[in-house]
Amino acid sequence: MSNKPRLSVALRALSLALLMAVLSVAAPARAELRIDITRGKVEPLPLAVTDFIGDTAEARRQGAEIARVIASNLERSGLFSPIDQKAFINPRPSMETLPNFANWRVLNAQALVQGRVMAMEDGRLRVEFRLWDVFAQQQMEGLAYFTVPDNWRRVAHIVSDAIYKRVTGESGYFDTRIVYIAQTGPDNKRVKRLAIMDQDGANHRFLTDGGTLVLTPRFSPTLQEITYLAYYNDIPRVYVFNIDTGRQEVLGDFPNMTFAPRFSPDGKQVIMSMAEGGNSDIYVMNLGTRAVRRLTRHTAIDTAPSFSPDGRSITFESDRGGSQQIYVMDASGANPRRVSFGNGRYATPVWSPRGDLIAFTKISKGRFYIGVMRPDGSGERLLSEGYLVESPTWAPNGRVLMFYREEPVGDRGTRSRILSIDLTGHNEREIVTPVDASDPAWSPLIP
Amino acid sequence: MRLKVVSVLSAVALMAACSSTPDQESTATGGGTQTTAQQTEVESQTQPMGPAAGTVEDFMVNVGDRVFFAFDSSALDARAQSLLQAQAAWLRSYPSVTITVEGHCDERGTREYNLALGDRRASAVKDYLVALGVAPGRVATVSFGKERPVALGHNDAAWSQNRRAVSTLAGVGS
Repeated sequence: MSNKPRLSVALRALSLALLMAVLSVAAPARAELRIDITRGKVEPLPLAVTDFIGDTAEARRQGAEIARVIASNLERSGLFSPIDQKAFINPRPSMETLPNFANWRVLNAQALVQGRVMAMEDGRLRVEFRLWDVFAQQQMEGLAYFTVPDNWRRVAHIVSDAIYKRVTGESGYFDTRIVYIAQTGPDNKRVKRLAIMDQDGANHRFLTDGGTLVLTPRFSPTLQEITYLAYYNDIPRVYVFNIDTGRQEVLGDFPNMTFAPRFSPDGKQVIMSMAEGGNSDIYVMNLGTRAVRRLTRHTAIDTAPSFSPDGRSITFESDRGGSQQIYVMDASGANPRRVSFGNGRYATPVWSPRGDLIAFTKISKGRFYIGVMRPDGSGERLLSEGYLVESPTWAPNGRVLMFYREEPVGDRGTRSRILSIDLTGHNEREIVTPVDASDPAWSPLIP
Repeated sequence: MRLKVVSVLSAVALMAACSSTPDQESTATGGGTQTTAQQTEVESQTQPMGPAAGTVEDFMVNVGDRVFFAFDSSALDARAQSLLQAQAAWLRSYPSVTITVEGHCDERGTREYNLALGDRRASAVKDYLVALGVAPGRVATVSFGKERPVALGHNDAAWSQNRRAVSTLAGVGS
């Protein structure tokens, strides 16, 4: 809680100060360097990321760090294979002249990333980079950013997104954050805390002290708020945590347990479940007027609601047909229809930010799976499986998912961690956290 | 006049201290009124080894605080019903006691569904107790989903212990 305000200050400072300039670009290339990420497993593209040059020792240090963050982001995407810097013939190429492409061709680098960090007289940092197609000998991208020096890491993420976008044609997801539940202690006395970190695990901090059980955090579209379930005084209710102020506020005045909250795509509503006498139904609250509307009225368990990105539909899970299955209804609550018909139970539906898919958890024959299907239930694909995998969350570009995996450790213990996986089902990676982790929620791109 | 009051009080204190010998818990309980202390005294004479009647320990040992459920079910089987009948009888005997029924699940479900299922289990217990004459206002419910297992382990034995509804007492000594 202590350094909460810093994040928002940093965010605001950046949105004001992050000016961008397009560097002069050479004539458009002919056969463009391009990765098609919609296809199955792709061979990672070999690329060279050189340390950004600088005019001072401090600038050079930041330049090396920026290159390290970019290379690490691109490597984790599974689409790029950064070449070991030790092999570089000219490790810090000048920005004033064309690169010596032959030096990079011999390393089989398809792309070259170079850059420069300059301390401005007004105290800001100017970070520029160029992305070269080595074999076509063409500049693919050239941009410069101005920011406060503390934000060098964010600039590295923004540069990574620019490279990703230029090469894949899809927007990136590196300039994002993850909110999740950090867990410590034995299974029967688990301490759970809200925690937040950058997508790559950096800038980690705890938002709550563990005195109260907290679960299922989710970002607002503006990233300024998190909605989650908390058990203050053993009374489970949906709360909103304001990252700006650190304030935690119970959402609404409900007589019974509220849970499974999620923001609407415009951030103006929160959709959630309320339990009443053993029956859970779905409600939506307008955050401006505080008006509450009940959307389902059924004796079954209706929970885990998630809006479509256009706000017109809601997917949720219900056991009204006898077992947990996924349904889709209009945002008004009208016209509910079951969409999952495979073998087993289906849960935790989450609509992709692209609108084309719903991610889910499936339980079949004692195993858990993370999968995706079209909103009409067709085209089911399972991406990962385990003793317990749950809680899928989408990268803002709808091409990568995170989820958590719980595994038994010995007879009595459990290990819980967050993983990411490509929509293709390839490139499963652990997101390294200081302690056990679950319930990840991926933010939109930072505004 | 003043002196007399003091002597009555000290007599009570002595009796309470006596009764606490077989059952250390009851001193803390007694705190309340003279009647409580005297009642405790009588109980511990007739039943020196057992917990004092009307206490949490009495409820735990002589009635049972929890019932268990089948996988993904909130149905009360014969064993659960018989235990809840004893809970209802006990609660009718101690009308100042209120309870919170906690609904719990095993780890083999998703988090949010299990919160709803835990609520369903707690409510099933509440409904049963109310049907047996316990005032609804005396029975609160809360679901902990799969967040508070009692049995560690990843097997049927542990899961069946964790699929439970536990009645916790308030308004009573320990």
